[in-house]
Amino acid sequence: MIRNPKLWLSAVALVLIHLLVIGAVFFAPYDPTEQHRDLSMAPPVRIHFVDSRGQFYLRPFVCSWVAEAERTSPSGYVEDCSKPSPLRLLVRRETMRDGKTLKASWHLFGVDAPAQLSLLGTDDYGRDLFSRLLYGGQTSLGAGLLAAGLSLSLGLVLGCMAGYFGSWADDVIMRGAELFMALPWIYLLFAVRAFLPLHLGTRQAFLLLISVIGLTGWARPARLIRGVVLSARQRGYVLAARGFGASSASIVRRHILPEVSSVALTQAALLLPQYILAEVTFSFLGLGVGEPEPSWGNMLASLQTYSVLEGHWWMFASGLALVPIFLLFYAFADSLQGRFQLLDLSG
Amino acid sequence: MISAVASRLAQTLLLIFGVSVLAFLFMDLAPGKYLAEMRLNPQISQRTLAALRTEYGLDRPLAVRYALWLLSVARGEFGFSFAYNSPVWPLLKTRALNTLILTVTAMLCSWLIAIPAGILAAVRVGRWQDRISAISTTFLLATPDVLVGLALLAFTLHTHWFPSGGMYALSSPETGQLAHVKDLLLHLVLPVTALTVGTLPVLVRHVRSAMLEVLTAPFIIATRGHGIPRARILLRHALPAAANPLISLLGVSIGTLLSGSLLIEVIMGWPGVGPMLLQAVLERDPYIVIAATMFSTLFLITGNLMTDILLYMADPRIRRD
Repeated sequence: MIRNPKLWLSAVALVLIHLLVIGAVFFAPYDPTEQHRDLSMAPPVRIHFVDSRGQFYLRPFVCSWVAEAERTSPSGYVEDCSKPSPLRLLVRRETMRDGKTLKASWHLFGVDAPAQLSLLGTDDYGRDLFSRLLYGGQTSLGAGLLAAGLSLSLGLVLGCMAGYFGSWADDVIMRGAELFMALPWIYLLFAVRAFLPLHLGTRQAFLLLISVIGLTGWARPARLIRGVVLSARQRGYVLAARGFGASSASIVRRHILPEVSSVALTQAALLLPQYILAEVTFSFLGLGVGEPEPSWGNMLASLQTYSVLEGHWWMFASGLALVPIFLLFYAFADSLQGRFQLLDLSG
Repeated sequence: MISAVASRLAQTLLLIFGVSVLAFLFMDLAPGKYLAEMRLNPQISQRTLAALRTEYGLDRPLAVRYALWLLSVARGEFGFSFAYNSPVWPLLKTRALNTLILTVTAMLCSWLIAIPAGILAAVRVGRWQDRISAISTTFLLATPDVLVGLALLAFTLHTHWFPSGGMYALSSPETGQLAHVKDLLLHLVLPVTALTVGTLPVLVRHVRSAMLEVLTAPFIIATRGHGIPRARILLRHALPAAANPLISLLGVSIGTLLSGSLLIEVIMGWPGVGPMLLQAVLERDPYIVIAATMFSTLFLITGNLMTDILLYMADPRIRRD
């Protein structure tokens, strides 16, 4: 753990982010679809420690946003601090969904209504952006993980087959890979998406998107894995195992897959940001996961309107969230690569 | 050389054939009939519909449809757009040209920045110049294209420095060739910047590593020993030796640019293939989707072919094989 801090730090940070997203029900103060129409496009809430009389409080409090008619402030909202609401930890709150009150649940933090704790502001329906960011991560990060899993396993199976059996299997699979790699990736995704039903339920759209991204992306991992298998096949211990009469399946499982695993893991770390971005791009363009379910892509979609783009910088939140996550993935992949190279040199 | 190019050309044709077959197979999986929406359009007569049906065999099996589509390709039509009520080629032609203008300009810009930046980082390896370049390329690499495009657009909406979309101003006060070109260049600034930012980090890193490898080679140390000036060593001796991986990268960079330009075109309202493809996907216009996909493949393959020829001309080691 001490020898390679970059690897472990990035891994831990990624795990924490994923936990935060998985536990959105608890960490997010609101339901992602809960609307507050009177607070449409409100800026991020300000957290105060000192009130108007200059008195300091240990417990931070927030003021509510009030829409002002004259629009003297650029956002159209001013703070009304006549009734400050203190920040509370571990609140039990009922969530509203489609006008119905759902069962109350625990949240890590919150404020008492009518004040709203929108840490990152609200969107055009007055939905809390921070909560949508956490729930949207379930869609976007989840899509990346599942799609990467799909195309890696496909690449693993096909790459191992091509590399291990060689001859015509190798030819067929590698020509197929070339065909897939000859197409610009986004165009390929578009073409496949074009011939699938346009309007879908959220769940269907999510699964469809994952399969499209996962199935079209198999070529590169398959090629890399084939190369590794090809070289592994010639190693002394593999030849020895074959000489002792081990079956193909057991040779692949016992001797070749462990060789491949390092390449596969590094590939996964590189594919993940690419696939997360693919989901974001598709949902941004309205071909992926649709409203009201949040995804980091469709949360950016409202920025396609110039009026939103001009004054509402907090709407960039989900796009900006991608940057540190991608940095972590790249750092992880980078240090993995370094680690495996070291292993190669020593072994 | 000629035989190598000929075999590559044959491969290319085979590949394009493969792509078109693949596209038709996907199209066959699509639910619903394409003419359903046209039937509801009062502007299109029953007779036109019948003519289209026989011309493209829309109710017939896949093989017949594919053969009829090949015929329309031979006529130079590339299928029929149901949404635009016109053959595809005239629609695609202008769009493809616009995309080419955008991507080729962006490619020139990114290479013109990447080569000096990469050389600088390689020469000053481990120093502050190299560190700055490493940090900034890492950040740029992690910044998604969507974000760059939207941020640039927000920037210009604030400053009004550049036009915020499209390719030409709707009403230009002055006319004439020069004003036209100036208008185009002004509209190019934002999308080209966005695309350049997207491709730059990968290019800079590759230029740096290619140069680094060459700069530590014995023959460069020998030139230094001969007292050849530094600038001459870099440009005359090191850069040509490092050209090989860079030329290969050129082919790859075309692919990333093309994929990136699709999104940037949509965000910035550039009238290229991207917005047309998006609209065709939304309007279920299969022949446009197929034609746009084929265009992108063709562009990418042509780029790769040119890369190979360049490589052949630049690298004597390949020529001798």
